[in-house]
Amino acid sequence: MARKQTNPREDAAPAAPPSNGKIRLATVWMGGCSGCHMSFLDLDEKLLDLFAQADLVYSPIADLKEFPENVDVTLVEGAIANVDHVKLAKEIRERSKIVVSFGDCAVTGNVTSLRNRLQVDDLLTKVYHEGPGSVPHGDDDDIMPALLPRVIPLHQLIKVDAFIPGCPPDTDRIWTAVSALLAGQPVEFEPEMRLFG
Amino acid sequence: MPVVTLTVNDELVSGQSGQSLLSLLKELGIEMPTLCHLEGLSDRGGCRLCMVELQGSKRLFAACVTPVQEGMVVYTHTERLNNYRRMILELLFAERNHVCAVCVQNGHCELQTQAAKNGMDSVRYDYLVPDLPMDASHERYVLDHNRCILCTRCVRVCDEIEGAHVWDLMGRGVNSRVIAGLNQPWGDSDSCTKCGKCVQVCPTGALTLRGSTVAEMEKQHDFLKWILTGREKKQWDYS
Amino acid sequence: MNRVELQNMAQAETERQNAFRCRLLCCASTPCLSSGSTAVSEAMKQALTDGNLDAEVEVVATGCMGPCSRGPLVTVKMPGQEDVVYEKVTPEVAKEIVAKHVTQSKPVSENVLPADMPFFVKQKKVVLANSGQIDPERLEDYVARGGYAALAHALREMTPEEVCATLTKSGLRGRGGAGYPTGIKWDLVRKSEGDKKYVVANGDEGDPGAYMDRTMMESDPHRLLEGMAIAGYAVGADQGYLYVRGEYPIAAQRLQRAIRAAERRGLLGSRVLESNFNFRIDVRIGAGAFVCGEETALMASIMGRRGQPVPRPPYPSERGLWGKPTLINNVETYGSIAPIILNGPEWFSGIGTEKSKGTKIFALAGNIDTTGLIEVPMGITLREIVYDIANGIPDGYAFKAAQTGGPSGGCIPSQFLDTPVDYESLGALGSIMGSGGLVVMDERSCMADVAKYFIEFCMDESCGKCVPCRVGTVQMHRLLERITDGSATFEDLETLEELCVLVRDTSLCGLGQNAPNPVISTLRYFREEYEAHIKERRCPAGACEMNRIPVQELNTNSRVYSQNGAQAEPAQA
Ligand SMILES: Cc1cc2nc3c(=O)[nH]c(=O)nc-3n(C[C@H](O)[C@H](O)[C@H](O)COP(=O)(O)O)c2cc1C
Ligand code: SF4
Ligand code: SF4
Ligand code: SF4
Repeated sequence: MARKQTNPREDAAPAAPPSNGKIRLATVWMGGCSGCHMSFLDLDEKLLDLFAQADLVYSPIADLKEFPENVDVTLVEGAIANVDHVKLAKEIRERSKIVVSFGDCAVTGNVTSLRNRLQVDDLLTKVYHEGPGSVPHGDDDDIMPALLPRVIPLHQLIKVDAFIPGCPPDTDRIWTAVSALLAGQPVEFEPEMRLFG
Repeated sequence: MPVVTLTVNDELVSGQSGQSLLSLLKELGIEMPTLCHLEGLSDRGGCRLCMVELQGSKRLFAACVTPVQEGMVVYTHTERLNNYRRMILELLFAERNHVCAVCVQNGHCELQTQAAKNGMDSVRYDYLVPDLPMDASHERYVLDHNRCILCTRCVRVCDEIEGAHVWDLMGRGVNSRVIAGLNQPWGDSDSCTKCGKCVQVCPTGALTLRGSTVAEMEKQHDFLKWILTGREKKQWDYS
Repeated sequence: MNRVELQNMAQAETERQNAFRCRLLCCASTPCLSSGSTAVSEAMKQALTDGNLDAEVEVVATGCMGPCSRGPLVTVKMPGQEDVVYEKVTPEVAKEIVAKHVTQSKPVSENVLPADMPFFVKQKKVVLANSGQIDPERLEDYVARGGYAALAHALREMTPEEVCATLTKSGLRGRGGAGYPTGIKWDLVRKSEGDKKYVVANGDEGDPGAYMDRTMMESDPHRLLEGMAIAGYAVGADQGYLYVRGEYPIAAQRLQRAIRAAERRGLLGSRVLESNFNFRIDVRIGAGAFVCGEETALMASIMGRRGQPVPRPPYPSERGLWGKPTLINNVETYGSIAPIILNGPEWFSGIGTEKSKGTKIFALAGNIDTTGLIEVPMGITLREIVYDIANGIPDGYAFKAAQTGGPSGGCIPSQFLDTPVDYESLGALGSIMGSGGLVVMDERSCMADVAKYFIEFCMDESCGKCVPCRVGTVQMHRLLERITDGSATFEDLETLEELCVLVRDTSLCGLGQNAPNPVISTLRYFREEYEAHIKERRCPAGACEMNRIPVQELNTNSRVYSQNGAQAEPAQA
């Protein structure tokens, strides 16, 4: 993998002026704890500013089944941990102008990747079979997606245009990034805002 | 000491002959990224972050182990150097298990800070995810190999300042490891004086106070200057 | 012992040897020992005893004769006749040699190596002149062939300045890899201020497959000691250290014995050859780390510290062992000293090319007919080495590339077979002369796989002190693994190339700085081969298994993650 992350400064095409004058924004929740989305909601009254300029076309808080076409900006929370994530990430890349790794799990693998030191088979056994109750295994039915042997950050699977580090990123970082993206500007952080963790 | 004149980033400056280029750059207020260097300890030139370009040489030079010289023409922050610094930091993050969000040193870590300062927003390399232990055998401190960057500050401070030489390295390459005593649990080391100097100089969350939890650990280096000045001025010479 | 006694010893030994009707030289170097030369010499001795020939015929255990893959090797020497070299001698053949060749002067033709074989005639033996000719454990044998005469001459007839000047004039350059002019280095140490100085011989020889230095130490230890003593005189040192890698027990033992023999005769120790010059040599055994061949790491190891390089400057010539000026040279470099002193610098500079003088020893390995140890004049072409000396590539395969300089070097593809082998020409092709490893590869070798092998070596041998080498080589190895198993993307190739540059430019010592060379040079000449691995998921040489796919191509419809390799492996395992 080792997808080369390109510097958004040169690369990310500004979001094109959408038909109704609003940016088509999506947020996605993959291998993460939803903390980044919580922090996103903590934008509070800034959310009003945001949605004055953007339509939320896909999001875990908006219960849509299919990832839509022609998205301008997609914020992806969480790491790539299973085959469904792989599939969705590829769709996101195809259908979004700008893809943003949103939070440490997407950027580095972070807590989600703590399991990378374990064998994936042992992992399922430890968590589901030795734990309380029996849970579908995923191998023999169609319910659970197969886990990848290693959790990987988003940019090691698809090209990512900007990174918002933080676990979770605080609202300042989110707002700095989102307002830049809405304005068609590259995301630029002060060093303190780039800290992981 | 004789004065030497040199050019740093196109400006004429002067320094003391015998002084390291890094110390001069610091005096000039040029911010140089470093991890293995710590004022008061010997320099080893291992982290390669303070490398500079010298006009007339294809090689790069680690400023901490390069003495200033008359007529040197130094560049400290070319695009090439900045790129290399970022790559080196990414290599460090990929080497062991740095999960800042759950690290006791989160927010006070020199590696984390250097990464942010040097524009690292993600890591292009595979995370190596080594399976490394922690040593919690000491009554006061904890060593977590997962966060160690092998800067050997702990080795040097214990040897050069405390004089106990509890720490050393074993293995080689990416399998190198900091060890206490003869590769024994830290708590079993007879030579450890429990002074905690190693903990304070450790740039990352590898050496920490027992009982500290996420983001609680902050380190103090000023004791080094204090001890060294005191020794130089013989402040504690009661003989 | 003084000069006259030295000459007497030489004469007595020559007479002793000439008294034999025949001398049977049997190689007792590591390669021949491992192919059974001990049994061969036992069989010969037994056959001689059985035939009552003990008094007329001598069996001599010698050093290396060269064509090691054809061992055990035996040379039959009879006064007034050409030497006859036998290959693949078994105890049975040995008995036959005694029965037919020794007794009836009828060589056992099946095993005879023709004397006009290019392997022999294209070589020029200077450093290895005694190798395979003398018993390395007998000081007298060395002295009979002019041994220690150069030391005697230097002590009596030359000032230290003159010794250094002679070497500078000869054009001798270091044989340890970098090719620094030896005379200049000696003069630097000579001029360095110091109440104490040291001379160090670097016999760490860590390049995989290389054994030039081992052979020199095993086959002609006194030549090395003599070179070191001359160095001691020239730079003003009274102590030498011989650093031998731990995997070379025979070399270390022979050197120890040689040192003791030389000391007993006053050729080393106090008042060497009854002059005012004192020189002791001690052997230090390494623990098998490639990096300990790097001079600053080697000195740390001699001082009992962890074998890690330290930044230069200061160079060893100013601050070396225990902070004192130290001369450090490769074993083969020291091996070249005595002949230069004896024959003069013009003689030496008459051999070789404009900027690379003298001869170089190579360890030939890989897909060639005859592997072994050769000494050739600088400037010989690669084609002559591969096709004449080594007798070409077996089974009709085509030459693809030769790797010189081991893990620090690069490959030379077939279009450059006619390049002269010297420091400058090899450097211009992106390789290095190195210490003398030469691996020949045919069309069945995959160059990405070759690069991976060398990177793996450097990764394992990195001392871990500096970040780019310690971690960069691991990442490079992973990327090469991906390329050779089918799971790489073009971004991976780009990441690999960036890493090559980083590791080369920012590593602390030569190990890291040169580690990317095999990758850079195979990419330079065989990029399309790398690209085929990625684009077509095919190894053109058919060497790689290619049983993985990039994670991007993972079949996400399958709920089952297959571990058997048919499925993608995000290759973080
Ligand atoms: C990683 C590394 C390994 C080396 N290994 C050897 C070695 O095995 N033998 C050797 O003579 N020189 C080796 N060298 C070169 C030595 O540092 C040094 O240049 C050499 O011994 C000088 O001798 P010369 O001038 O006679 O060549 C090595 C250098 C590096 C960077
Ligand atoms: S040691 Fe520093 S860089 Fe590593 S996890 Fe802890 S805070 Fe992050
Ligand atoms: S434990 Fe801390 S001080 Fe010691 S080498 Fe590791 S990172 Fe450096
Ligand atoms: S380049 Fe490699 S071998 Fe040399 S000092 Fe650095 S880590 Fe050690």
